[in-house]
Amino acid sequence: MRIPPGLTSKDFSDALGEFAAAVGKEWVFTSDEDLALYRDAYSPMWGEPGELIASAAVAPDGVEQVQKVVRIANHYKIPIYPVSTGKNLGYGGSAPVYSGSVVLDLKRMNRILEVNERNAYALVEPGVSYFDLYRYIQEKGLKLWVDVPDPGWGSPIGNSLDRGGGYLMAEYRNHFDSHCGMEVVLANGEILRTGMGALPGAKTWQQYKTGFGPWIDGIFSQSNFGVVTKMGFWLMPEPDAYLSGIVHVPKRDDLIPLVDTLNYLENTRVTNGMPDLASPLLGIPMLADFEGLFEKGSSPFAAPRDPEVAAVSAKPGGGSPEEIGARGPTNPNPTSGHMWFSPIIPRTGEAIFAANRVFSQAAQEFGLPSLGFSLPSCYWERAFIYIFALPVTRDAEFNKRNRAVFQRMIQLAAERGWGEYRTAPAYQDAIMNTYSYNNHALLRFHELLKDAVDPNGILSAGRYGIWPKHLRKAKP
Amino acid sequence: MKNARVALIVVLSMIFAAQAFAAPDESAVEKGQKVYQKWCFPCHGTGSGKPATDLLAARDKGSRPAALEERTDLSAPLIKMFVRHGVMFMPTFRKTEISDADLDALSAYLTRNNKR
Ligand SMILES: Cc1cc2nc3c(=O)[nH]c(=O)nc-3n(C[C@H](O)[C@H](O)[C@H](O)COP(=O)(O)OP(=O)(O)OC[C@H]3O[C@@H](n4cnc5c(N)ncnc54)[C@H](O)[C@@H]3O)c2cc1C
Repeated sequence: MRIPPGLTSKDFSDALGEFAAAVGKEWVFTSDEDLALYRDAYSPMWGEPGELIASAAVAPDGVEQVQKVVRIANHYKIPIYPVSTGKNLGYGGSAPVYSGSVVLDLKRMNRILEVNERNAYALVEPGVSYFDLYRYIQEKGLKLWVDVPDPGWGSPIGNSLDRGGGYLMAEYRNHFDSHCGMEVVLANGEILRTGMGALPGAKTWQQYKTGFGPWIDGIFSQSNFGVVTKMGFWLMPEPDAYLSGIVHVPKRDDLIPLVDTLNYLENTRVTNGMPDLASPLLGIPMLADFEGLFEKGSSPFAAPRDPEVAAVSAKPGGGSPEEIGARGPTNPNPTSGHMWFSPIIPRTGEAIFAANRVFSQAAQEFGLPSLGFSLPSCYWERAFIYIFALPVTRDAEFNKRNRAVFQRMIQLAAERGWGEYRTAPAYQDAIMNTYSYNNHALLRFHELLKDAVDPNGILSAGRYGIWPKHLRKAKP
Repeated sequence: MKNARVALIVVLSMIFAAQAFAAPDESAVEKGQKVYQKWCFPCHGTGSGKPATDLLAARDKGSRPAALEERTDLSAPLIKMFVRHGVMFMPTFRKTEISDADLDALSAYLTRNNKR
């Protein structure tokens, strides 16, 4: 049995018994085999001592069960880490930020509580995936669109709490911005509703965001101040038609006026879809890489090293290593995922050129092949975002080098006044430390809140660099 | 009465055991198809824009079907291995997502056309 840091095995086994009484024995996971499923499949620290591992997972099926679990955790001072669908791949998967925490897996809470076509909104539980919501809307024939990130297996709640994005009109593709009303279980087990939800019998919980008084919804995103158990989202009414257009510019330097014009069109709502910058010279590098490898007779599929996997492969009908795909000489480190490096830069053509210079310099410093010229994305209004995928493999040395590259990129970006919008647990402290204006005034404020709302520090310790008092390190 | 029920259970389990060597259990196949549609199809299904199907097509170059549903050479242990261990970009799936019972049904579905 793994034990969370700071706990006695007696206390932990008592708590596990209480968790089981709260959610049912089959929904408390403690075996190595089950906990392996909570490892971050894209962990850049895979197999190293620093890899973030859960000590147990508990899967409640309703808000009352969440309250019970949180109260038990608060009583025993057990670190818990809520996930909704737990598919935060590239940003941490379903593993906790503080190794040894108990994952609170909310996937079983998968009820779509309301979809209102007339006023175009939905109210969902955390385990509802984008696919679930889409299928529900299709089955009912509702004329609504859901804004989905690339993979649909994640959830409106999990994605928006990590402040992810999609592709529709600006007011929908910023997933946190498109939410309206939350229900949150606090560290003491109490339930809080935000916005109009604070008014008993409210008729507009999903129609008016801010309610009355301070609007606190933001503090529950990229943070650790509560367990969100319901959230409303504004959906996009299905349009009768839409029109897309392409503007071609011939010269490299034309990017500068092109971006200015694009900003004007978007900010005045002359165009309202997501703009996309492209060049015929850029292609799709990932696909080209794979094709190149296949041509050389290689396969990107890793020969499994895990002894259990190898044993299965060896059995008749278990699949030969060739079937799974062997590591080839041209492909010694097949990729098993990636970590996203995602800096926000200004919405100007000049900034695109500057970012390319800076990030190519980092690649050169580390002897990597040049990243090549790349264009940013327009997920967010008013600013650009670059999303570079740094490969993660099952080779610790390779991963260590790429972690160093990542850390260097964080510093290079911060020196230019660019910061990341979101990151994997391995870099959350480093990036939070770049947001250091006035001796880390912002982080110190987060810590003040943390101590007030979660005095035992049980919720998602370390998430986005916010640590409870007893685990806080000195700031650099 | 109690004995009769025990006898019935024994007979039923013999039937299930016999079926394991004969045709796959219809209801398991049906349930497995639902699991497949929900969890596997978006990446592994037939039709354009399925990343895993495209990748397997590029790898196998027509030597076997790229969509998992059409394969006749998959085995239950292999399916379990991929679902619980992942490969490459394919992550692991937790038991709150695909339960052990769902996984068995999925295997019944994906092996339904295997030569026996
Ligand atoms: C190929 C690929 C493409 C991707 N494309 C996109 C994209 O286009 N856009 C995008 O945004 N992302 C993208 N991602 C990243 C990621 O897969 C998605 O953002 C995904 O939706 C996040 O996982 P999730 O929804 O399951 O959230 P979860 O993993 O459930 O949640 C994320 C985090 O939020 C917190 N949290 C979740 N639920 C709760 C709760 N109820 N209470 C308190 N805290 C909570 C936890 O700290 C958790 O770790 C991509 C990933 C891959 C691999």
